[in-house]
Amino acid sequence: MATTIARQIPPTVGRRLAAWLHRRPAVRAAGLLAGPVGWLVVVYVGSLLILFLNAFWSRDAFSGATIYEPTLRNFAELLDDPYPGITARTVLMAALVTVTCAALALPVAYYMARVASPRIRNALVVAVIVPLWASYLIKVYSWRLILAEQGILNWALAPLGLRGPGFGDVAVWLVFTYLWLPYMILPVYAGLSRIPDSLFEASADLGARPWMTIRRIVLPLAMPAIVAGSIFTFSLTLGDYIAPATVSTTIFIGNAIFSNFGAGNFPLAAALSLVPLVIVLLYLLVARRLGAFEAL
Amino acid sequence: MTARLVRIGLRLATAAILAFIYLPIGLIFVYAFNAGTTPSWPPVGFTLAWFGEALRNTGLQQAFATSVAAALLATAIALVLGTLAAIAVARYRFFGREAVSFVVIFPIALPGIVTGMALSTTFAQTGIPLGFFTIVVGHATFCIVLVYNNALARLRRTSRSLEEASADLGADSWTTFRRVTLPAMRSAILAGGLLAFALSFDEVIVTIFTAGGVKTLPIWIFQSFRLANQVPLVNVAGVVAILLSVLPVYLASRITADTGEITGARG
Repeated sequence: MATTIARQIPPTVGRRLAAWLHRRPAVRAAGLLAGPVGWLVVVYVGSLLILFLNAFWSRDAFSGATIYEPTLRNFAELLDDPYPGITARTVLMAALVTVTCAALALPVAYYMARVASPRIRNALVVAVIVPLWASYLIKVYSWRLILAEQGILNWALAPLGLRGPGFGDVAVWLVFTYLWLPYMILPVYAGLSRIPDSLFEASADLGARPWMTIRRIVLPLAMPAIVAGSIFTFSLTLGDYIAPATVSTTIFIGNAIFSNFGAGNFPLAAALSLVPLVIVLLYLLVARRLGAFEAL
Repeated sequence: MTARLVRIGLRLATAAILAFIYLPIGLIFVYAFNAGTTPSWPPVGFTLAWFGEALRNTGLQQAFATSVAAALLATAIALVLGTLAAIAVARYRFFGREAVSFVVIFPIALPGIVTGMALSTTFAQTGIPLGFFTIVVGHATFCIVLVYNNALARLRRTSRSLEEASADLGADSWTTFRRVTLPAMRSAILAGGLLAFALSFDEVIVTIFTAGGVKTLPIWIFQSFRLANQVPLVNVAGVVAILLSVLPVYLASRITADTGEITGARG
């Protein structure tokens, strides 16, 4: 059968090439991968390596020119004031934001996964995904308007005799929590939907009250999903310099990198940007241990 | 009884948190029509004047055009590279297959400022001038993952037997790809492309490092929102920015809704 068909089709160059390729899956795979992997390795991995190398150069204090002699001076500077404080403050902020996001995400995700009807569940998934994508910068800007002296928050709190937090560290915490919350809700929702119903029934049959079921069944099983979400909340907080600069004057690690970059001290900026990189890589290692990668 | 109370509590919490998510976005829409020139609450009246002014502002228009062009180009590159990588990973066994998924997700998984610093340092050191070209290169790099993830998920759920049947019927590799594999992937690739466009149109953390003097819409907004006389225009630009990042994502979720793919997180 196959030979008759083969005879009917004239063996053009294209067809001969296709036949040649058909016998060589390795060549086909290599052809498919050459473009994307080539791009990512050259553009991205290459850039990371160059960034790494740059951390070992230094800057001439007078001329501002880069001196291409390997030195550990930048790394020594990272250990001097104010950088340890900035790093600690940033990690603390990332941890706070992560915990807050998890606390807010759990009830929403639980409602979506276990209580809502399928129709409402689907609508809620879209309702969480869409604002996640809505212009990042405008969301930050909107909080600048909300928290301003004449903003809507002070206006709403005035009848109660209260005032909003204004600009500052509390504002940064609020804005980061706001920005990354959907990134936490989605994986936790996916994680909670995977818990079999029978576990809830078994827990109830054994006499557990709802609170007991949440503590002993839901939270342990949701943990990998929470850690998966925390990869986003953690990494995004460490890599952001725009939100803190918009609603506070506090310096976080991103702001320190950005201002050194802006001032032309590229070697120090490069060394500084290795700090969030290393923290995130370490965090990824821990997350992997906790089974977060399967929950992504 | 407790179960009922818990359910009501959960419903209220969900409603409150959704309000928390949506109110700041809605606020920009209100301010865009605010007759006042300062962003104080409450608004003082309704006007469409700022939209007319936005249409006459050349700086804003240029930034908008730059963003659309960069997003289209970056999306085109991401579509090709992401689809190729997904086919290779889904249909072939080779050394380092796991590493491909890792490398693809890298540019988006690492903190934005690291990506920005790395690209900017590299362009500076290789003598490539910052501008439109470097914006597109940067955007394409972190958009690949969006097409890749969508295409890969689809390929994993599409049975390989269709491709084998095509080969048995005498179709060569190219014909099989064109007539069988690609149609099966089409909507997933389209959804990935829409997400890539939305991300590229919206990105600012990396873009500031790679833009040089060129202004994308987010960069224009970032540089304008501290200037008191620009605030009404920023609000209008904000409405456009929200719509153009949200609409593609909404469409993408509709396209893939019937096939059950979750195109949630940007990673």
